[in-house]
Amino acid sequence: MSMFEKQGGQKYLDMELRTSPHYSRGVDVPQIMRNVVYALLPAAAMSVYTFGLSALALFLVTTVSAVLTEFILGRLSGHDNTVGDFSAVITGLLLGMTLPPGFPLWMAAAGGAISIAMGKFMFGGLGFNVFNPALLGRAFLQAAFPVAITTWDAPFAPGRFIEMINTSLALPFMTPPPHAATGATPLAALKFDGQVTPSLELLLGTVSGSAGETSALLLALGGLYLAARKMLDWRIPAAMLGTVVVLSGILHTVNPQYPSPVFMLFSGGLMLGAVFMATDMVTSPVTGRGVLMFGLLTGVLTVVIRIWGGLPEGVMYAIILGNAATPLINSHTQPRKYGTVKPVKQKKQQQGGA
Amino acid sequence: MSGFSMADIPVLRHLSPVRSFPHGIHPPEEKDATRSLPIRRFPFAPFLVLLLSQHAGRPARPVVREGQEVARGQPVAEADGFVSVPIHAPASGIIRKVGHALDMDGRMAPAIVLEPYPGSDQLVAWGKDRDPDSMSPREIVGAIRDMGMVGLGGAAFPAHVKFTPPEGRVIDTLIINAAECEPYLTADHRVMLEMPEKVLLGTSLIQKALKASRALIAIEDNKPDAIARMREALAEFQSGNGAGNMEVRVCRTKYPQGAEKMLTKALLNREIPSGGLPADIGVMVSNVTTASEIGTLLPRGQGLIERVITITGRGVERPGNYLMPIGTPLSFILEQVGMKGQAREVLFGGPMMGKAVAFVETPITKGISGIVVMEEEELPRKSRVYPCIRCGECINVCPMYLNPSTLGQLARKNRFDEMAESLNLFDCFECGCCSYVCPANIPLVQSFRLSKAVVRERMAAK
Repeated sequence: MSMFEKQGGQKYLDMELRTSPHYSRGVDVPQIMRNVVYALLPAAAMSVYTFGLSALALFLVTTVSAVLTEFILGRLSGHDNTVGDFSAVITGLLLGMTLPPGFPLWMAAAGGAISIAMGKFMFGGLGFNVFNPALLGRAFLQAAFPVAITTWDAPFAPGRFIEMINTSLALPFMTPPPHAATGATPLAALKFDGQVTPSLELLLGTVSGSAGETSALLLALGGLYLAARKMLDWRIPAAMLGTVVVLSGILHTVNPQYPSPVFMLFSGGLMLGAVFMATDMVTSPVTGRGVLMFGLLTGVLTVVIRIWGGLPEGVMYAIILGNAATPLINSHTQPRKYGTVKPVKQKKQQQGGA
Repeated sequence: MSGFSMADIPVLRHLSPVRSFPHGIHPPEEKDATRSLPIRRFPFAPFLVLLLSQHAGRPARPVVREGQEVARGQPVAEADGFVSVPIHAPASGIIRKVGHALDMDGRMAPAIVLEPYPGSDQLVAWGKDRDPDSMSPREIVGAIRDMGMVGLGGAAFPAHVKFTPPEGRVIDTLIINAAECEPYLTADHRVMLEMPEKVLLGTSLIQKALKASRALIAIEDNKPDAIARMREALAEFQSGNGAGNMEVRVCRTKYPQGAEKMLTKALLNREIPSGGLPADIGVMVSNVTTASEIGTLLPRGQGLIERVITITGRGVERPGNYLMPIGTPLSFILEQVGMKGQAREVLFGGPMMGKAVAFVETPITKGISGIVVMEEEELPRKSRVYPCIRCGECINVCPMYLNPSTLGQLARKNRFDEMAESLNLFDCFECGCCSYVCPANIPLVQSFRLSKAVVRERMAAK
């Protein structure tokens, strides 16, 4: 029979040999990452429509900068290169979406490089970083360029598809030219001027703000797509957004001076942060209970920073602090193993014995 | 993707009429190729290879010599000690060899080679009829030992040992495991459709042997015809001789529902203690085909010489459910059912927990419930292994609520003892859910298997 190979007198099957399981869901890391990019694209496209060429250039610069840094550092580190897994694309795109549309491009490029280098490779690359790389990059930019990162551009500027916002092309280390048309973000307008932006505008994203954070609706739809494909843990945004709504609802009821829960929900970077950044698998807890605690913590911190902090927006720091707490949350929310009594008690007994 | 059910929600799980356990996965079932094909007899191979160790425990001791003629059903080897079972001749013929043959793992193992007569028929001459109603529990267990019965779900643990619970343990519930959660396999399904009265008779005998007050027959809801058939037969059976407290229970289709720890959780909300036995919580779990074989063989006083197995997978030309003589070599089976050129892997058992086979002469043993021949497209893609991205999917699916992610990282660092001591490595029964879902393609189960072997070796060395 030709289907059997003869080898050393014993007939072997010309077949693969491996141990069980011989079955796989067929979803791998690059596929998840690629789908996250797809889910981000509608909101990114909306912001290009809202803010024009500058937003497009910004996304391209941060993405290319992040991927290039990943490529170079991957080469230098000598490990298997992870440049093909789309994780750097997400980092770059997310970073771009958190920056003002007219943010000088050279600063954006530096931010992309810092995100990957300090946010990811310093910890050992994909899977080992403690903080969301994009947010770490943004935190760096916030510290390094506090003025540029809080200079917002008005949406729907005439001629936005023909010419860039003048600050975008500022030369490195030079003072950016004065802004032609600036606009206050809804959160800043509220915090510093006491103005409330209509909810529908917030939902659609026809307001001033960071390039990719304005359209809460499209961001939420992207999140739903990922959740439906089981590539995103829906419990994180649910817990985080829920906490913000409940907490700000209580505050608003006690004192109507505080913003309404609807305003809190759809303004600023909350939707982008809750759906696409807090859910970063590497930097969020792994268990169901842990994920809920994480959402609760980031939600509370967001409200606290927004209402009582010095900054109008608090999502970035809320998530970074949540990331820092993740290992602790993980170690306290391990599941009780089948057929055992509560693990906490056992631990105490062990410590007592030792 | 299967739909959502009440059985998935923690709080409502116990209110739902369809039972299930927390966690687990929903792999593609791939049962359509064989689920509606009736059980057919498989012809005798030119040689039957009877491994003397096809059960857990000590190998059986041969009682025949080379050149001896045997009748179909005649014992050819006897049990060697308590944890061992006899082996019977699956066909009338001549004993050609009492020596060694290759087993599933590629080791030379003690075996008897039987050459069936060319005209050997299916009549079983051996054995004498018994009246099961008049037998005491002790006699039933003895008869189960004499028939060479083992757990036919795959564990191949001697049935009479299992049905002799430790001193002082009271078994209140017998669970007949008809979940058949392993993808591709349909043997149990066909057994329930075609011989429900045998299943019920076997169940009542085991129940009597254990003095269990009730028996629950657990079937997954992807087999509605089997559920209906079993319920129908049960009504008839109970009106006929008024036998004990028996019930058909429906489980939600989810892998690994058929693991005994999952069944006790799903049906009774009881957990078998870590390192313990089902008897510790008053439960005994037995496979449905074991029950049907006991129901068939015990009244006739015969031995286990054949079993129902599913032969399927896209690499097979004529898939089906077959009544297969024990000892049939794989080469003969593949010739009979036809293997396609694109076949890439031959499994004994299903794709989640089955074993890949390398040797064509490997014979069928009592514990094998299926042969799956897989083509390239059915197998996991060969993709590189990424670092763990801590997505937590493995933790979400592990039916033992272990942390495969952390276990996997420790295994990479060779910290095996830590895995066993603080992360319950030995509670892992290698169901494969974690490897199945892992997007980083980390060979989790595979590394746990290795880790267990290392820890066992170290403990033995101490």
